[in-house]
Amino acid sequence: MKIGSAGTLESNDALVTVQEGVGIVVSIDSIVDAFFHDRIEAEVRGELARMKKQNVHVTIQDKGALDFTLRARVRTAIERMEGSQ
Amino acid sequence: MRTTLLFIPGNHPAMLQNADVFGADGLILDLEDAVAATEKDAARILVGEYLKSWKLETPELLVRVNGLPSGWLESDLEAIACDRLSAIVYPKAGVEELYEVDRILSEIEKKHRLSHPIGIIPIIESAQGVVETDDISYLPRLKGMLLGGEDLTADMEIGRTREGAELAYPRARLAFACKAAGIDAIDTPFADVHDTEGLLADARTARSLGFTGKAAIHPNQLLTIRTAFRPDPKDILWARRVMAAAQDAAKKHQGAFSLDGKMIDKPVVKRAEGILSRAGVQDGAIPHETK
Repeated sequence: MKIGSAGTLESNDALVTVQEGVGIVVSIDSIVDAFFHDRIEAEVRGELARMKKQNVHVTIQDKGALDFTLRARVRTAIERMEGSQ
Repeated sequence: MRTTLLFIPGNHPAMLQNADVFGADGLILDLEDAVAATEKDAARILVGEYLKSWKLETPELLVRVNGLPSGWLESDLEAIACDRLSAIVYPKAGVEELYEVDRILSEIEKKHRLSHPIGIIPIIESAQGVVETDDISYLPRLKGMLLGGEDLTADMEIGRTREGAELAYPRARLAFACKAAGIDAIDTPFADVHDTEGLLADARTARSLGFTGKAAIHPNQLLTIRTAFRPDPKDILWARRVMAAAQDAAKKHQGAFSLDGKMIDKPVVKRAEGILSRAGVQDGAIPHETK
């Protein structure tokens, strides 16, 4: 199974792990989950849509990443997954 | 105006998202030395998203890309190309490489339909770069040249000192070439972020040689650099008196005149104008001091 990850667990970053799956599943563990869960999920799903990904499971360990960081880490993780053997 | 350019590591979200608060004239988002080889992909995508999400007019945003020999340049440019990018900072620059970089940038701009050309600020940080400085200064897209003291002294196999005497020759060459070409001359960063006194002396030396600004590797260096490059209040006062006397002399159709017993002619008036320009003085008023 192909897996990719990107980012760190440092403040203002997010560690994003993706793997091939059926449909889109997004799991979020965030220090700001109570306030931004829906926004984080929308940002992740938006990036997957831009990359035309329909079958991928995403795990987000968020340490307060802003939108641009989330988008970048998701895209990097997907590209790494696609490049993995 | 590029008096202060602050390097920010390109794969560090916390530093990126707070980089605009320090008051630098420009940010150099670094994809080269600050990023490990295994994280180049993550850094270029992060910097690309950062640039595209940017809404403010200032500071100016620049990106230090990886050079052509690395094999990463085109991927870097693809990821960061957008209208918010002012210029790339190109490492270990030489004339031939910069012509090729210009060609690649033209293709990227066309592909991404950018509304303005991406500028280049080459880093002069090799012996070859120093001897090619005059030719480099007239290449297309140049907004300035940046001296890279660490790599240059490594290339020359000489030590880098606090006083910087080993940089006197490349500094002089770069300052003259930039002035002749009408572009910014940006001095090398000062490596010791805790040595404020050394930084102040280093920046004043660069200013005295004709540099227009200096790169910083830590936010706490910005105020010191700005202080070194800001004209001295005594010089501003002198310049204002010269300009006032010049206006009186012009009314009397005098080409040269005397002030405090010293002859004032056209080159002196021009120097006074330059001091007031750097001080940001308009209409005879001295603006409030800024950080």
